[in-house]
Amino acid sequence: MTNLSPRTRVWLGFGLGAVVLFAAAPALLTDFRLSLLAKYLCFAIVAVGIGLAWGRGGLLTLGQGVFFGLGGYAMAMHLKLADAGEGNMPDFMELYGQLDELPAWWAPFANPVFALAATVLLPMLVAFGLGSLVFRRRVRGAYFAILSQALAAAMVILLIGQQGTTGGTNGLTDIEGFFGYDLDDPVNQRMVYFIIAGVLLALLALTRQLMHSRYGELLVAVRDSENRVRFLGYNPANVKLVAYVVAAGMAGLAGALFVPAVGIISPALIGIVPSIEFVIGVAVGGRAALLGPVLGAVAVAWAKTALSERFPGTWTYLQGAMFVLVVAFLPGGLASLWGMVRRRRERQPDATVPADGDRVLVQEVAA
Amino acid sequence: MSETAGGLRIRGLRVVFDGFVAVDGVDLDVEPGDIRFLIGPNGAGKTTLVDAVTGLVKATGSARFGEQELLGRDVHRVARLGVGRTFQTAALFEELTVLQNLDIAAGAGRSPWTMLRRRGTVPDDVAQALETIGLTGRRDVLAGTLAHGQKQWLEIGMLLVQNARLLLLDEPVAGMSHEEREATGELLGKVASDRTVVVIEHDMDFLRRFARTVTVLHAGKVLSEGTVAQVQADPKVQEVYLGHTADAVAQGAEA
Ligand SMILES: Nc1ncnc2c1ncn2[C@@H]1O[C@H](COP(=O)(O)OP(=O)(O)OP(=O)(O)O)[C@@H](O)[C@H]1O
Ligand SMILES: [Mg+2]
Repeated sequence: MTNLSPRTRVWLGFGLGAVVLFAAAPALLTDFRLSLLAKYLCFAIVAVGIGLAWGRGGLLTLGQGVFFGLGGYAMAMHLKLADAGEGNMPDFMELYGQLDELPAWWAPFANPVFALAATVLLPMLVAFGLGSLVFRRRVRGAYFAILSQALAAAMVILLIGQQGTTGGTNGLTDIEGFFGYDLDDPVNQRMVYFIIAGVLLALLALTRQLMHSRYGELLVAVRDSENRVRFLGYNPANVKLVAYVVAAGMAGLAGALFVPAVGIISPALIGIVPSIEFVIGVAVGGRAALLGPVLGAVAVAWAKTALSERFPGTWTYLQGAMFVLVVAFLPGGLASLWGMVRRRRERQPDATVPADGDRVLVQEVAA
Repeated sequence: MSETAGGLRIRGLRVVFDGFVAVDGVDLDVEPGDIRFLIGPNGAGKTTLVDAVTGLVKATGSARFGEQELLGRDVHRVARLGVGRTFQTAALFEELTVLQNLDIAAGAGRSPWTMLRRRGTVPDDVAQALETIGLTGRRDVLAGTLAHGQKQWLEIGMLLVQNARLLLLDEPVAGMSHEEREATGELLGKVASDRTVVVIEHDMDFLRRFARTVTVLHAGKVLSEGTVAQVQADPKVQEVYLGHTADAVAQGAEA
C-alpha cells in the first residue's frame, strides 16, 4: 500500500468503500440489518460534516440535531402531504381535528422540488444566521457549544408545543411512500439504502476535496491559531462560517434521508441527547480524519443497537465512558491508531490531529 | 507630509487597561526604508504599542500608515492595508508545513474559487520568500518541527508574501544563537529596502549592529529618540536602564 501514489490510494479507497456499501453489505445482510445500516449511514453523513467543522475547524458543533431535524421535518412534511393526496391534510391533523385547512407554512412542502431544496437549504440558512452572529462576535468555544445545545432544546420544545401542526412528541410517523414508491416494499427499502450509500460516498468525496483545498488548509490554520490568521488579513469568522454551513447542510440531507429509511422523524431524534451522540461517534472514530467520523458514527450506532437490546439501561453509561476514554487516551480517535501504526513504519508526520483542542474538550466534558 | 508617505506616523497614542495607562501619549515617526528599533525596560509598553497599531487593543490618538488611519479598524482590515507583525513567541501554524504557512500568508486576497481548489504549483512570491528566508530545502516539513531561529524567519517570510509594507517585529532574535542573529540582521537589511521596519528588541548587541534609528520607551512614554549613538549618550536613557551607567547599556541590558 505504501508505494502507491496518493491519488491511486484515494481511488482504491473509494472503490473499496463502494464495493463494501453497494455489493458486500446488500449481499450479506438481511433486509432488516440492511435497513439498520441505512439508518447508521444517515448518522455517518452527519458525522462527515462534524468532522469538517469540528475536526478541521475546531467548532464543537453540539447542536447538529437542529439541522438534522430541519432536514428530516422538511422531507417528512412533503411525504406526509404526498401520502395524504392532493388537497388533503396529513392524517394526524385530521385526527386532532383542530384545523380546517392546511397551515400556510405546510403548503409549499407539497411541492417536491421545494421540499427537497429545503432539506438542505433551510439548515444552511439557519446555520448561516446563527454562525454569522456567533463567529463575528467572537463567542468562545464553550459558549458556542452551549448555544448550540440551547437551540436544539428550543426546537424540541417548539415542536412538542405545536402538536396540532407538528405531530408533537410523536413527530411525523407512518410515512408510507417515497416519491411514488411504497416504502413497505423491501425492494424500495433497498433503493433507499442505495441512495443513502451513494450520497455518503459523494459527500465524502466533496469533503475530501474541501479538506485538501487551500480553504481546508486555512481552516486548520484558523483552528490552531485564529488570531494569527486575522493578522494575515483574513476574517476567521467567514472561514468558520463556511465549514459550519456545509456541516449543517450535510446534517439536513442526512435527516431528510433518515425519514424514508426509518419512516419517522420526531423530537426525540433531534434534541440535546441525539446532538451529543452525533459528536460522540465522531470523537470515537477520529474527528480530524476523513473516514474516522464515518466509522465512529456507524460503530457507535451499531453498538447502541446491539447493547441496548441486551442490556437496556446501561448504554448511556457505556457511551459516556467510551467518550471519556477516547478523549483522554486517544484524542485522534480510532482513526489515529492506523496513523500511529503507519508512522511507526514510515516515521512520517501527520498534520491532521488538532494541537490543543483536546484540553478544551476535556474541560467541557468535565463541566 | 511628503516625507511620511508610506511611513508610520503615530500621534498621541494612548492605551488604557482598566485604569492602568500602558501607552501614554506616544508620538512616533518612522520613515519608509528605516529600520527603527524600539527599546525599553520590561513593561514599557512596546508590545502594547504594536498591539494598538495592529488593531488588537483599543487605543486613542492616531496611527497612520501612508494615507490610511489604522486605529479603529479590525485586525484583518489593518493587515490588508499592508501592516504585518510577528509575536514575542512565534505564532506559526505548527500543524501545517512551511509551504502551507507561506501559502496561507500569501492568500488573503484570493477568490473563493481559488480557495476551493488545491494549490497546484508553488506561487512565485512564495518560492521567492522561501529563497529569501533560506528555507527552500525545508519547504515540506511541519512548521512545528523547525528550529527556533527558522521559525522566526518563517514568520518574517510570511510577512513578505503577505505583502506587508510595514513590518512590526516583536523581539525577533530572542533566544537565537549568535549565527542566527547575524542571519536575521542581514535578512532585515534585505527586506527593509522597500519597506518600513520596526523592531522591538532587548538585545543591545543586535541593536548596535542593525538599527538605523532607535526610540526608547519608558512607562508608556517616549524617553529618547535618535541614532544609536545619540540614544546611548542620553543620560535619561542611562538612568532608566536599570539605573546603571552608559556601560550597562553598551554591555547589553538584556533582562
Ligand atoms: N491585556 C492587558 N491587560 C492589562 N494590562 C496589560 C495588558 N497587556 C499589557 N498590560 C500591561 O501593560 C504594560 C505594558 O506591557 P507590554 O507588554 O506592552 O510591555 P513591553 O514593553 O512589551 O514589555 P516586555 O519587554 O516585557 O515585552 C505592562 O505593565 C503590562 O502588565
Ligand atoms: Mg513585549
